[in-house]
Amino acid sequence: MTATHACDVLVVGAGPAGIAAAANAAECGARVVVVDEAAAPGGQIWRSSSHTPPPRAARRWLRRLRDSGAAVESRAGVVDVERRGDGFHALIEREHERVLMNARAIVLATGARERFLPFPGWTLPNVFGIGGAQALLKSGMTVRGKRVVIAGSGPLLLPVAASLSHAGARVVLVAEQAPAGRVMRFAAALWRRPFTALQAARLRAAFMRTPYVFGTWIAAADGDERLTSVEVVDADGGRRRLACDVLCAAFGLVPNVEVARLLGCELLDGFVRVDGQQATSSASVYCAGEPTGIGGVDLALVEGAIAGRAAAGHSPAPADVRRRNRVRRAARELDAAFALRPELRSLADESTIVCRCEDVRLGQLDPSWTTRQAKLYTRAGMGACQGRICGAALECVRSWPPDTVRPPLRPARVATLLPE
Amino acid sequence: MTERIEIVVDGSTVVTTRGTSVASALLDAGVTAFRVSLGGSVRAPLCGMGVCYECRVTIDDVPHQRACMRTVEPGMRIDTGAGE
Repeated sequence: MTATHACDVLVVGAGPAGIAAAANAAECGARVVVVDEAAAPGGQIWRSSSHTPPPRAARRWLRRLRDSGAAVESRAGVVDVERRGDGFHALIEREHERVLMNARAIVLATGARERFLPFPGWTLPNVFGIGGAQALLKSGMTVRGKRVVIAGSGPLLLPVAASLSHAGARVVLVAEQAPAGRVMRFAAALWRRPFTALQAARLRAAFMRTPYVFGTWIAAADGDERLTSVEVVDADGGRRRLACDVLCAAFGLVPNVEVARLLGCELLDGFVRVDGQQATSSASVYCAGEPTGIGGVDLALVEGAIAGRAAAGHSPAPADVRRRNRVRRAARELDAAFALRPELRSLADESTIVCRCEDVRLGQLDPSWTTRQAKLYTRAGMGACQGRICGAALECVRSWPPDTVRPPLRPARVATLLPE
Repeated sequence: MTERIEIVVDGSTVVTTRGTSVASALLDAGVTAFRVSLGGSVRAPLCGMGVCYECRVTIDDVPHQRACMRTVEPGMRIDTGAGE
């Protein structure tokens, strides 16, 4: 029979928010367990491998996490969690092993994933999300000599272009869908923060020969067994085709709120609603980082620190609260600057696959349906990713709200689901 | 740091470096058919972070492993959709 482990605070996710939460809770004396799907803590932004060592800020936090005494369970994901007694009972799959965990409080630091909006050809090999391309690069993918187009939106476009060209790729075009004026106003505001401005200038210098255009977005990707060219379109209707080997698409981020929804946490505009102590509407469930609002690493760290202390029964440090409120305001400005234009909702045509797991095409999905009807009639959203890709896409393309969340939260082995 | 190791992809030996993810090693080896979709089209990594399941392959006889979430090990046997 599987032994049941126990802790005071279970932290879900070991990105910056989860690391800060776990370290702070453990420093307050709580017994802390952090579960994370990756091979090592760090999340996406601090992803490291023998090819890419973690940045200095990450090393400092990882050391603090280790010294705090919090236990880190890597390659472990929450399959199910429910309220039991005055705490929680979680079913976790660690590698191929079933783990049961009781906890008195939970901190959700589940991060965000990339939003993918379907367009013709987006299922071709070598079409990646921009964060995905960066993750693959960090984990050893070679791009030397490859022609890369980066198209989409947001502050990741320039840094990823810089790291790709640094690794030897030829970045053919960086296309930002937002209009130039909006981004420039945002960039002007950035100059008030000298460090960020300096970073932006360095990144710009790293690939100066690459055109960086605004008001331009992806129309289609072409190729047979792999990507060979893309077509981009601009706000005046101008279209052009570019030969390339790799496309990095970026349509912003979607918060991972599945565990929060399973635990009954109230959402507001798709994000987990939290109070000043990062407490959700569900008792003893705290949330920090991207699920409460896309805000980046600085916000994730400070929210994590507050959530970790709160979950261990301590009030937040006043300096943390001030810092959180300041960073949150900056994050909202950034969001507004890179808002997605409505044209991106209608890139797919009737024959474009929307649900990649079940190969469901847009034309099969009657606009009058609900998400549930689409599942029942076509299996859209019922494959291995459990609607994490097509669900977020259909929210944009069809304005369909996500369906209810049910366990198992992710594909799991039968032996994990069945008690012996 | 760049220690060369050998893995076996669809029965053929592929040289890669320690610390590389299975997804990155396969992409470098020119693999495009990580899996074949229900409709018969080839699929390869999209999200690179364990969300989309497009990169799933069989690793050491265990099916449905996300290539982006695993690191290569010497002698690891990987079977892709192309070999089915």
